[in-house]
Amino acid sequence: MSDVPTPTQSPQRSRANGGGGAAAGKPATTQPPNAADAEMLARAQAGDHQAFAQLYALHKRRIYSLCLRMVGNVAEAEDLTQEAFLQLHRKIATFRGDSAFSTWLHRLAINVVLMQLRKKGLSLISLDEAMEPNPEEGPSRSFGAPDLTLTGTIDRLVLEHAIADLPAGYRLIFILHDVEGFEHNEIASMLDCSIGNSKSQLHKARLKLRDALRAQNRLEARP
Amino acid sequence: MNDDFSKMSCVEFQDRMAELIGSGEDLTAHPHVKDCADCRALLADLQTIAEAARQLFPSVEPPDEVWEHIESAIKRGD
Repeated sequence: MSDVPTPTQSPQRSRANGGGGAAAGKPATTQPPNAADAEMLARAQAGDHQAFAQLYALHKRRIYSLCLRMVGNVAEAEDLTQEAFLQLHRKIATFRGDSAFSTWLHRLAINVVLMQLRKKGLSLISLDEAMEPNPEEGPSRSFGAPDLTLTGTIDRLVLEHAIADLPAGYRLIFILHDVEGFEHNEIASMLDCSIGNSKSQLHKARLKLRDALRAQNRLEARP
Repeated sequence: MNDDFSKMSCVEFQDRMAELIGSGEDLTAHPHVKDCADCRALLADLQTIAEAARQLFPSVEPPDEVWEHIESAIKRGD
């Protein structure tokens, strides 16, 4: 086992945006690092393994949670977290402080997830489908009667399942925008797609979720 | 695209929803929303979904094995 102290323990102090996804707003902290963080980072960049372990302890929860949200699978999220931190280990010396370290690491982790999804054949470019919805695949444009609206409470588990059941591309953009708090221009840049595509896929994802939640409501309303 | 909100069709308004929801704009005052009960209901649903999603996904600790694998890989020089 490790001779490095407590990398698997959580840091004692809280982190900005350390929990709760986009409830905390933007994807990563914009707070300036304190002196101890800066020193730890500098030591990790210089190859200090103990400092790297401390960085892991500080950021593991946020990165693992991000991976888990994006892929919706525990085993994959663990592999992706591992890969993200291995990439961090390889690239940490290239971090120049142009952005907050946590923002930089967040982007790195997202890129790791995206690479994995692309390897699995995820196509993010489906604007044609967005413009010409396939009734078999896309959400309906129908509105439904007011008695079927969702306003009020949404069952947390039902929503979680509905998100997990979204096609991968829809889920990705929904998570990045509505949960992680990225803007469409940032998503378009990350996914190498147009801003219009990002908006269109987000809208379709929300409509699909609405369809799924309304279907559940209908089931529960049956006598 | 019709940028005159008061003359938007439902389809045009829906096409703008992805950027309008979460933008901070008070959409209840949007001219089309005021006049269209269907879009008002749709908007309320999508806003509810977006808000509920933000409350999901508590942050989770990875299992200790993840660090053990990372450390092993680093020691191997991966």
